Amino acid sequence: MDFSLSMEQEILRNSVRDFAEKEIRPVARELDEKEEFSHETMQKMAELGLFGMFVSEKYGGQGMDYVSYIIATEEIARVDGSHAATVAAANSLGVGPLYYFGNEEQKVKYLPKLCSGEALWGFGLTEPNAGSDAGNSKTTGVLEKDQWVVNGSKIFITNASTRITTGVTALCRTGTREDGRPELSCILIEMGTPGFEAREMHGKLMWRASNTSELYFDDCRVPQENLLGPRGNGFHQMMQTLDGGRLSIGAMGLGGAQGCFDLSLQYSREREQFGKPISNFQVNAFKLADMALEIECARLILYKACWLRDNEKPFSKEAAMAKLHCSEVMYRCANHAVQLHGGYGLMKEYDVERFYRDQKLLEIGEGTSEVQRIVISRLIGAL
Amino acid sequence: MNIVVCLKQVPDTETQIKIGPDNKSIVTDDIKWVINPYDEFGVEEALQLKEKFGGEVTVVGMGPKRVTESIRTALAMGADKGILITDDALEGSDSLATAKALAAVLKDLEYDLIFTGQRGVDDDMGVVGPALAELLGIPNLSLIVKVEAAEDGKSVKVNRPVEGETLVIESSLPALITAQKGLNEPRYASLPGIMKAKKKPLEEKTLGDLGLDAAQFGEGARKLKILEMTPPPERAAGKIVEGETPQEKAAELAKLLHEEAKVF
Repeated sequence: MDFSLSMEQEILRNSVRDFAEKEIRPVARELDEKEEFSHETMQKMAELGLFGMFVSEKYGGQGMDYVSYIIATEEIARVDGSHAATVAAANSLGVGPLYYFGNEEQKVKYLPKLCSGEALWGFGLTEPNAGSDAGNSKTTGVLEKDQWVVNGSKIFITNASTRITTGVTALCRTGTREDGRPELSCILIEMGTPGFEAREMHGKLMWRASNTSELYFDDCRVPQENLLGPRGNGFHQMMQTLDGGRLSIGAMGLGGAQGCFDLSLQYSREREQFGKPISNFQVNAFKLADMALEIECARLILYKACWLRDNEKPFSKEAAMAKLHCSEVMYRCANHAVQLHGGYGLMKEYDVERFYRDQKLLEIGEGTSEVQRIVISRLIGAL
Repeated sequence: MNIVVCLKQVPDTETQIKIGPDNKSIVTDDIKWVINPYDEFGVEEALQLKEKFGGEVTVVGMGPKRVTESIRTALAMGADKGILITDDALEGSDSLATAKALAAVLKDLEYDLIFTGQRGVDDDMGVVGPALAELLGIPNLSLIVKVEAAEDGKSVKVNRPVEGETLVIESSLPALITAQKGLNEPRYASLPGIMKAKKKPLEEKTLGDLGLDAAQFGEGARKLKILEMTPPPERAAGKIVEGETPQEKAAELAKLLHEEAKVF
């Protein structure tokens, strides 16, 4: 067994950590406060090469393995959840479906700009009445002559209404299968198509500097060739995308937990009460010890899941476990972090306040913790 | 323009340094190693000059195998090739021995400019750069914050800050420049850069390969011996100057500076 990372992965971690500390840390608090997506930091992340990380160089990607992608996401999340969300959603959910299920023409058309970070792409799965019950999609796609006519709406779609967003992948009901269940297919819809509108959502608790949107389709017509992969494969494509996406949410949990720990250790060594640093009290030291332990375990399961994926072995169970565990580890770490910071931890001036809020999404987005437990239960043969 | 950057690997400045049981060295077990920040300014300046004039940037490092990571990082930033001088006999070498080993590598390279950091942030000696220039018989331009190469690439004009003023020096090439903070803002190793660096050449050389005598290197050959290392004294508690009015406070401060701190 070899637990060491490759030299490239080590260099990647150092470089992304350095970047996040110098370029994102100084602006994260203000962007969160203003609830503003920053095109400036987006461009800097693009220049660093944080988009299309696992895509082959042929389509403008970086040709890296999944472990590398996860390390980069983790390091951004160590500093700020919103920016990590932009990166994770762009790679796993924006690029992912096009790269894995698109035909050559679609890949050549869309991927280069998504990989260079000049463009973003949305993943239209969730609907107002189709959350955990994602198969209950009500958005319809009807083939009329050589065009799909799309009607319906999507909600909570990351990266779908920035000024560089070029389109979305939308899961649509395109008919009824022989067994009577809905036939679901993915259709690519470009920005600017008449009848398609993306509206930015505001008033979020967390990830306030990431872009979240509602999508509306009103007799929106796109060419027949905008179908992604074979007709009727949409749900399967979406679920397979989420398997990979779960690893990036895991990375956000792990990175966020590490960020909480690093800030807390530093603060606890400096903050004095009763004449000595508060880290010298066992009650606090034990919190830090628990955080360190949980982060180590979370990292092991997440990297193992990525290793399975890189080695083309089944990884659905481990991906669900990693997503579930990493997000719950961050929950406990963020809780300890605020507790260790005491009254200051409740103030926006301290980053742990933001981590405490940002954490909550991880137990809800890309399959709730409850759904992860169902996935794991099924895969171990209990359900 | 062909440029060589000499690079040292040092403990990350945020690492907590612990002194070892021999009281003469530091504990290296948990240290995170990075490129010496002053050398990183050298890498960045070399890359900018290469972008303007073309040519190649070669990075030369010395030390154990772990230094490979720092050289690869410089390659990921955009340097073209790397050389690592690595030999067990080098362990414990002082600055002069380091300069000799570097000089042995450089005599086989074609270069117009050499960059080193103005000092390593670990030992703070500041000797390797000037000693290397001396051994190679080329001009040494120390503590430089700005480099302007002539259009024909035959000379450089450089700035050194001196007591709030700027000294502008012109030099023919080849020359050696030791980089000072303020020279530039080093770029990050980008992801495409990291992937490209995998395929760039990185050669390893031993003292034997360089035709050097191992007896002139390592702990035994040191001209300077480290007798003892001690941690910096703990910072004493501050003092709040008492007084009702600014005048009273100023008088009290003057008294304390004179009587307690004895600064005048």
